[in-house]
Amino acid sequence: MSNTLAFLRNTWRGLTSMRTALILLFLLALAALPGALLPQRQLNPGKTAEYIAAHGWWGELLDRAQFFEVYGSVWFSAIYLLLMISLVGCLLPRSLEYVKAMRGKPVLTPRNLARMPHHRKSEVDASVDEVLATAHARLKGWRRVEREEDGGVRTISAERGYLRETGNLVFHFGMLGLIIFFALGKLFGYEGQVVVHANGSEFCNAGTFAYDSFRPGLQVDGTELDPFCVKVNSFTAQFAANGQAEVFRADVEYQSGDDLDTGTWRPYELRVNDPLRTEGERIYLLGNGFSPVFTVTYPNGEVRTQATQWQPVDQATMLSEGATKFDPPGVTDEAQRRTQQLAVTGLFAPTAILHGKVLSSARPEPNRPAVAVDIMKGDLGRDSGRSQSIFEIDQSMVDSGRLKRVARENLELGQELRLEDGTKVRFDGVQRWVYLQVSHDPAQTGVLVCAIAMLAGLGASLLIKRRRVWLRVTPVSGDDELRRTVVEVGGLARTDQAGYGEEFTRLSRDLLSVRKGH
Amino acid sequence: MPVNETLGQYGDWAYTTAVAIYVLAMLFFLFEQSFGRKGRQAAARTRVLAGAGGPDEVETTDVPQEPERGRAERIGRMGAALTVLAALLHLASLVLRGVATQRVPWSNMHEYISAICLVGVVTWLVVLRKSPVRHLSAFVLFPVVMLMWIGGSLLYAEPSPLTPPLQSYWIIIHVSAAVIGSGVFLVPGVASVLYLMRSRHERNPDKLAKFGPRLPSLEVLDRIAYRTTVFAFPVFTFGVIAGGIWAEAAWGRFWGWDPKETVAFIAWVIYAAYLHSRATAGWRGNRAAIINVLGFSATVFNLFFVNLVTVGLHSYAGVS
Ligand code: HEM
Repeated sequence: MSNTLAFLRNTWRGLTSMRTALILLFLLALAALPGALLPQRQLNPGKTAEYIAAHGWWGELLDRAQFFEVYGSVWFSAIYLLLMISLVGCLLPRSLEYVKAMRGKPVLTPRNLARMPHHRKSEVDASVDEVLATAHARLKGWRRVEREEDGGVRTISAERGYLRETGNLVFHFGMLGLIIFFALGKLFGYEGQVVVHANGSEFCNAGTFAYDSFRPGLQVDGTELDPFCVKVNSFTAQFAANGQAEVFRADVEYQSGDDLDTGTWRPYELRVNDPLRTEGERIYLLGNGFSPVFTVTYPNGEVRTQATQWQPVDQATMLSEGATKFDPPGVTDEAQRRTQQLAVTGLFAPTAILHGKVLSSARPEPNRPAVAVDIMKGDLGRDSGRSQSIFEIDQSMVDSGRLKRVARENLELGQELRLEDGTKVRFDGVQRWVYLQVSHDPAQTGVLVCAIAMLAGLGASLLIKRRRVWLRVTPVSGDDELRRTVVEVGGLARTDQAGYGEEFTRLSRDLLSVRKGH
Repeated sequence: MPVNETLGQYGDWAYTTAVAIYVLAMLFFLFEQSFGRKGRQAAARTRVLAGAGGPDEVETTDVPQEPERGRAERIGRMGAALTVLAALLHLASLVLRGVATQRVPWSNMHEYISAICLVGVVTWLVVLRKSPVRHLSAFVLFPVVMLMWIGGSLLYAEPSPLTPPLQSYWIIIHVSAAVIGSGVFLVPGVASVLYLMRSRHERNPDKLAKFGPRLPSLEVLDRIAYRTTVFAFPVFTFGVIAGGIWAEAAWGRFWGWDPKETVAFIAWVIYAAYLHSRATAGWRGNRAAIINVLGFSATVFNLFFVNLVTVGLHSYAGVS
């Protein structure tokens, strides 16, 4: 029993020692490193998968050891948990000591001041009272206590720089709070992304189904999202002559809170760096792109029009690729329907230039839109149960011969092509879309407050210096008229020793230059 | 916002001239380092004279400066004057770029590196006013010249206006703090490398037998490293916090372990470890110096590797 206790006590002591804290700090830095070097699933799932595939068993091993989710990994969490414990174990006794020190008086003047790192002694032409009066005046702002010793000897103990410890504690508690709030944000926050066409289309935060991708916090099940709606009316992008982007702006209207009941729409200019802050959520403009509009006229005269977003492959020219998919109208037979599906896939160029038949884009603005498309006909594989990318067709359907290319052509705006069965596909127009992110983090204000506390505490703890100075004044027995005294000054820097030398020299010079009749 | 190309051109010339003068100054300092008496004097002078049980006499810390009339010292002073001149040109190059583009002159890697170097040089000039270590200036100018050479050739970027992601007043706050923090960290990094050399020599006088004695005492080097780190650390901390605030407005979250954020975090933790090491028995001295060098390595790593090799959200690199 007592062994266990001793073990626990020793573990605790070890864990809360400065040396352990130091080593844990290093481990934390080291553990964070793979996250900068390896692709991380959370940031870039595609790249991560690619990396694992490219590295065989090695990739698998890394994956199993959670190297692609470093910041959620068991080992990273373990280190920071240990550091937290160490921190708490460090802070508790220090806080108690701090309270005691704030109430206490500066320590007794040591017997032998000559032993102090800084020391001076001299005989002055003034009485003990005069020396002490000068000293008190000079040491204004220091915490002082005057004491008496045998033989009429009097001393002053003075100390200053208590705020340093205050700052230090504020800093460390701030850090503790920051870590806690950070974790709370991870539990109760969420993040979702959605593509919205900039033609008056609306997005409402009704549930996770409304998003294209959604990342919930651990305590979020997506059922109780704060309701709000955004309507994207238009999108503007401006570019310099060299093609560099100058302005991205989406003109939106939104409803949140009470506005939902009254049906009021409020306008907002959504820009990069300037999110829309509703009650509880933030909405960001993260990206944009084009949706070519295609109209398919079937042999029986039926018409279908679709605008599906295509994905920019080059941000500088906005050359995009994608797949716009059509189901044949009026076909009820499942098997037949699956031979009649159409997909328009290929490249879209906002400002087209042709090198022979190869399409590319000269500029990011839609000055001369054109597409280079393959028309695929057959089974798109939508019923296979696998989820499909909206940007591409299911390649396995092509490989198995169930989806075939029936035409390939370059089309400019308004041009159309004709399939063998009489179906016509027309490139009708261009729409813009924006990529919005909705973020929710109820704890981020807490994080900010703690960060500011840390910074303030850090400033105090690094700039303020703790210094002690002692003065011992001994009357020299002799002629009463002369009233000479021996003054001894000792100094100790409790932090940042270097630099106290000059300061002490100045201080002791002042303390020793007592004028008679002061 | 059109770019004023003439001013941009003048800025580039000022940059090149500044680098050339830094190189010249470096040669002067190397001369002083190799032939001057300064090295040994420096060590002697800065040993603080507050003696335990010292005499009753009033002591003064201002030891009368020995008149420096040696040729090496004269050349060292010329080196210092050249450094000031180069720093002014360096500043002019940044100001010209800022005026030419009507924005802060630190919005791509070329400018960012240039600004960091300027901060490093200015910090060193400030250190020189307090500590008699002028003869060491070449060791500070060497990394500066290397960085500026890479920044001016491989990473050169034409003056151009800001892209939308960078159009925010946070670029003024966040990046300037990061630049000042990183730039000042250059000085403790160099001082700590020199500390390690001197310490190696002290433990075994055969090692670095020529070079070691010409370095100032461990105490002086440690103090320079500590003082500058203590200044830079809160600035850097502020820079990281400001970065978080900007990220909240730009990317939808204040912290997301983007590679740049991660390495900034690592550098921050290393410098915190440095400060702790000085309060931990057995870690003062050599180990603290090693940690400081590690911290600066992380900063440089962040500057190059993260900007050039990994893909993050920081659209800084301006090289593709
Ligand atoms: C992420 C973890 C930590 C960070 C970033 C951090 C940061 C800092 C900083 C910047 C200082 C100021 C240094 C100075 O005053 O010179 C400091 C001081 C201090 N910290 Fe920490 N700290 C951390 C964890 C801890 C832990 C776990 C302990 C306890 C074991 C601890 C104990 C101390 C002590 C005792 C000081 C005062 C040192 C002195 O007076 O010089 N810290 N810390």
